[in-house]
Amino acid sequence: MIGYTRLRNTNFFVIQMSDSNKPSNRRKFLTNLTQVMAGVGGVFAVIPFLSTMSPSEKAKAAGAPIEIDVSALRPGSYKVVEWRGKPVWVVRRTEEMIKNTLEDDKVLSDPKSLEEHQPIYTKNKYRSINPEFLVLVGVCTHLGCSPLYKPNAKSAELGLDWNGGFFCPCHGSKFDLSGRVHKAMPAPSNLEVPPYYFASDNKIIVGEDGEKS
Amino acid sequence: MSKFMAWIDERLPVSNFVKNHLSQYYAPKNFNFFYYFGALAIFIFILQIVTGIFLTINYKPDAASAFASVEYIMRDVEWGWLIRYLHSTGASFFFVVIYLHMFRAMLYGSYKNPRELLWLFGMLIFVLLMAEAFMGYLLPWGQMSYWGAQVIISLFGAIPYVGESLALWIRGDFVISDATLNRFFAFHVIALPLLLFALIYLHLAALHTNGSNNPDGIEIKKNKDTNGVPLDGIPFHPYYTVKDIFGLSVFLLIFTFVVFFMPELGGYFLEKDNFVPADPLKTPEHIVPVWYFTPFYAILRAIPDKVGGVLAMGAAIFVLFILPWIDRCSVKSIRYRGMSYKVLLMLFVISFFGLGYIGMNPATPVLTWIGRLFTFIYFGFFVALYFTSANEKTKEPPERVTMHD
Repeated sequence: MIGYTRLRNTNFFVIQMSDSNKPSNRRKFLTNLTQVMAGVGGVFAVIPFLSTMSPSEKAKAAGAPIEIDVSALRPGSYKVVEWRGKPVWVVRRTEEMIKNTLEDDKVLSDPKSLEEHQPIYTKNKYRSINPEFLVLVGVCTHLGCSPLYKPNAKSAELGLDWNGGFFCPCHGSKFDLSGRVHKAMPAPSNLEVPPYYFASDNKIIVGEDGEKS
Repeated sequence: MSKFMAWIDERLPVSNFVKNHLSQYYAPKNFNFFYYFGALAIFIFILQIVTGIFLTINYKPDAASAFASVEYIMRDVEWGWLIRYLHSTGASFFFVVIYLHMFRAMLYGSYKNPRELLWLFGMLIFVLLMAEAFMGYLLPWGQMSYWGAQVIISLFGAIPYVGESLALWIRGDFVISDATLNRFFAFHVIALPLLLFALIYLHLAALHTNGSNNPDGIEIKKNKDTNGVPLDGIPFHPYYTVKDIFGLSVFLLIFTFVVFFMPELGGYFLEKDNFVPADPLKTPEHIVPVWYFTPFYAILRAIPDKVGGVLAMGAAIFVLFILPWIDRCSVKSIRYRGMSYKVLLMLFVISFFGLGYIGMNPATPVLTWIGRLFTFIYFGFFVALYFTSANEKTKEPPERVTMHD
């Protein structure tokens, strides 16, 4: 009995097993705690690994605002520039195109641009600060293809009721001359307007809101 | 030699393993044509690993040099064209073989009790294989690589709330870029092959636990001789190893014909746009996934709503996972099942081919409506199966397997 007592005092584990085959509550608690802590540690260890997959500082810096000079852009033509690797369109609309934009409202899914796909200062019929210049991210809101610029009304390809706009070659989504999506198209929403402002009459900065807004 | 084997066996039971899984592993003697495809899938997996290793020796996972390095393999590396075409053709044939392998399971009820877990492992392999093929297709950095990836990654963006940040995290950039290419390379050559290897091991381990099903859909282990050997079983080696070698030679005849004479298969195996380097500012006229994705892609396009389309496509794959619990008929093989199942399966196959065709073509209004019809049939198969299978008018399956000679 003396040896037994000494064992009990000095060696917790041995005595527990010799006492009975059932582990004590204290031992169960310690076992569970060890397992839980190992699990928690394992989960936290995953964070740095997954974080390496986020955009790097370099990629984030490459997404900085850009400057577009529109002085050489003729009415009716458009310009594609790259911002964050996406095509950004600047379309200089003609008087006729501005007029056609107005007539489209019946076929549009979100004519008043109620959904948040544009900065607040472009939430209007022309989806622009100055109706003459339309600035859009040229990526279809369906699955990221780049729609084609089809400014002429009544084309053989797009039908007689076509008023001009953009047409996505991937899944056939149609957008009007303000980048507003037609009804019942694969694309769920209007084309995105990036944040931008006019630094001067001929200079647009894309990627940043202007100071006034 | 026997002394050497005894020495080995004492330390690692190799002889036992060979006995249990080859020379005394008894498979049903009535296997037919459809039973080639499991072994062929393993062959292609190994072929893809080997050709893949030799491709990485010359390939550069870098947006600036990836396209050129593939052309370098094709033109300047000795036999490089062969290795590359074996790999690209192998990818397409992998899916041919896997689809037939899955169809076999649907014909003979191979996913039914006690093989549900075997089916689940198989489905996981199928999903990983799609991820593997998708990531591999980005690596040549052609126009279709780039824009196909653009379409698929933006599917994740459709998930409410977290979608955009998830897509950003997958790309590692605001757009598909060098960062994306580099990580897809890592997943394609290390992460997914390792996972696939593990899953194939589990798939085979589960298979060998209960043994193969067969065209009669009955359990051969129910009738054993006095030694405990199934009466309708024959040792896998040499019978089925030899059968599979014969099947492999026929397969290789077709496979190498494609590799040598039509490796692009008219734009189906290697799309024409992919011979143009990736250009983020120029979308090709028609973005079409490679043929093996088109049935699911057609389902995506059939739904006139982005989130709905993504959900439908996900559901089209998920519903296959739970097939063992949807199909409640106790008879396994189509040979003894009711007319309802035969009709349903036929409609399912037609819808699958139909969707595949529609997914390859531009979305005209007519095709979109036919696509919706086929999508309805695709899902209708599972719904109708759930309700008809429990009370199907079946025939009595035989006690012993039947041989047709």
